[in-house]
Amino acid sequence: MLGLNKKDTSLLIVVAILTLLAPFILNPFPSDSAMAQFNAGYPDLMQRFVIFGIFAIGFNILFGLTGYLSFGHAAFLGVGSYSAVWMFKLLSYNVIPAIALSVVVAGLFSVLIGYISLRRSGIYFSILTLAFAQMSFALAYSVLSNPKFNLTNGETGLQVYADDPQILQGANAPDLPHLFGLPMRATYTMDVGAWSFDFNAGYYLCAVIMMVVFYLAIRIFRSPFGMMLRAVKSNQQRMNYTGLNSKPYTLAAFVISGMYAGLAGGLMAAMDPLAGAERMQWTASGEVVLMTILGGTGTLIGPVLGAGFIKYFENIFSKINDNVLHSWFAFLPDGLEDAVVFIIHPFIGKGWHLTLGILFMLVVIYLPGGLVEGGQRLLNWIRRKSVGGDDTREGKTEPAE
Amino acid sequence: MDAILLQILNGLDKGSAYALIALGLTLIFGTLGVVNFAHGALFMIGAFCAVTLQKIFNLSYEVIDETQTDFLGNPLKVKTPYVESWFGPEMGATIIDWSVPLSILFAIPIMLMVGYVMERGLIKHFYKRPHADQILVTFGLAIVLQEIIKYFFGANPIQTPPPAALSGSVDLGLALGFDPNAIVYPIWRLVYFLFAVVIIGGVFSFLQFTTFGMVVRAGMADRETVGLLGINIDRRFTIMFGIAAAVAGLAGVMYGPLNPPNYHMGMDFLVLSFVVVVVGGMGSLPGAVLAGFLLGILESFASTTWATTTIPGINQIIIYLVAIIVLLTRPRGLMGRKGVMEE
Repeated sequence: MLGLNKKDTSLLIVVAILTLLAPFILNPFPSDSAMAQFNAGYPDLMQRFVIFGIFAIGFNILFGLTGYLSFGHAAFLGVGSYSAVWMFKLLSYNVIPAIALSVVVAGLFSVLIGYISLRRSGIYFSILTLAFAQMSFALAYSVLSNPKFNLTNGETGLQVYADDPQILQGANAPDLPHLFGLPMRATYTMDVGAWSFDFNAGYYLCAVIMMVVFYLAIRIFRSPFGMMLRAVKSNQQRMNYTGLNSKPYTLAAFVISGMYAGLAGGLMAAMDPLAGAERMQWTASGEVVLMTILGGTGTLIGPVLGAGFIKYFENIFSKINDNVLHSWFAFLPDGLEDAVVFIIHPFIGKGWHLTLGILFMLVVIYLPGGLVEGGQRLLNWIRRKSVGGDDTREGKTEPAE
Repeated sequence: MDAILLQILNGLDKGSAYALIALGLTLIFGTLGVVNFAHGALFMIGAFCAVTLQKIFNLSYEVIDETQTDFLGNPLKVKTPYVESWFGPEMGATIIDWSVPLSILFAIPIMLMVGYVMERGLIKHFYKRPHADQILVTFGLAIVLQEIIKYFFGANPIQTPPPAALSGSVDLGLALGFDPNAIVYPIWRLVYFLFAVVIIGGVFSFLQFTTFGMVVRAGMADRETVGLLGINIDRRFTIMFGIAAAVAGLAGVMYGPLNPPNYHMGMDFLVLSFVVVVVGGMGSLPGAVLAGFLLGILESFASTTWATTTIPGINQIIIYLVAIIVLLTRPRGLMGRKGVMEE
């Protein structure tokens, strides 16, 4: 279907089903139960799942295929956000031109940065992209917000004000981001017994876009172009010796992933019409690296899984506090309960980043293929168990990297 | 003339910090071939050694003093630090006052140990893995270390004042023959610069004039051959890692009075220090030091009102700009050897 082989088609269909039914899947607990805080099916978080999923898919096209580790991808996200908000300010609150412009601008920006950065490889490439991103952050944060030429509105963040031109804004169009009149915040809540499910217009827009770009990513992975990028990763020198110039390929990959990041930034602004410079900081670039590695570099579904995983636990872990822990471990004797809570305490609530850091290190050390490799190993193990130990040989063929 | 001199001096303190961190980074890269993204965290841990020692010195017990009363007429509780009761009030007060310089002694063993544990426990397993993996795992480690410090010390900056004798400013211009008040310079910055010079000199002479240093240099040039000669080069490199950690830590200890330590100070410095290493030349120790001071001074020149009005925001981006130009025109850096990591 759609030029994909059977395996990829089923993967795409699974992803489509999961994203479309996400409001159900992410809300497994009744809304008045104690477990309701682990529900992730509210619009804001679901939007973040897919937006960061898009960001990570794009990053994976560069890092997963070519092996070039960019530490400055958040710059494109930020540029995308800024251009989307500018579209809101100048034209109208319709999200289509905003998202289109954010992709285009991020693409142009990444041509510029990519052209320079890709003259070096390895660690130099990482540092060059890092330097560019930090430079963009510094510029956006301070310089480009001077009164004469206010492009970014500095610390406050760029937002739409009442006296902005908005030349295409219709008289009765909603006064917030909308898709031809359908506001992004529109949410239909369906109550089924004790459960309630939110269907949000913005989420579905993001989800549809994510499926489209996921499909594009599959096509890129399976194309001769994708093959060429893998060749760059495995041995660029040998590729050069055979007379192929790898530069156009890596640059194309860089620009594609920059456009994905710009798209994510544009969607972010479409969901909440505000763009701040902190989106470009290098910690934000680090986050997408974490997502991709955690999920599984170079795999199709890995980055999406990683993005969902990190965003989910970021939200959930931050909500758990000592009281919740006490209620969980109430079955233990008092002293032991306090001890257990005391031990877990640093890792929850504000300590989420500590957990994330440790988890990330463990993944890099023991599971370089991320969650996807973990899943595969688990499957293999289960398969071996069920067959009953007679083909231990097959178990040794672990996926390489 | 005095304005130029003032800017050079202003650049020295940041330049010293860059040079010290970049020196450690280069030591690690040159010996072990590892790109250490957690080096900024080591700098930060050093600064928090000073914070810890200051807290230890200020541990006090309360005594109810019957002779004094507060405004309600109750007897006043007087806090006395333990050090004051052990060494007498004057000596105790001096110790507390000098807690930052004293932290140097406290920090050296701690940093050596942190470095040793880090190398043996984690970095060791990453020699054969690609640079990207090394960057990633040390990046994760940096997050963990940072969060641990945040857990124990909170997110706010903690003041670590310099000793009273070394706070305040000195009129350097007077001594050099300029007008009075032309060059007024904080003493602690001068101290920091001299300290950096001593440390850098120490590291270089250690490498240059001791047998240990000679072996390490030989190992940097050709690790395999040195190993074949029956020398346990790994052990020495581990010790060098500890020394590099100590250099970063000491840079952090003494930096506290200039800028109150907080948990993310390491990350802020790390990005710039990497840029410094690249400008100086990957693997070149003199290059790292030179580039550190040069970029520090350049940054200070770019922060003058003249520069910022001519090109707005130049002070924010100058270092990155220089790095980009250097990387594109002379990828081996200012003093890098030909052929080392040029790609």
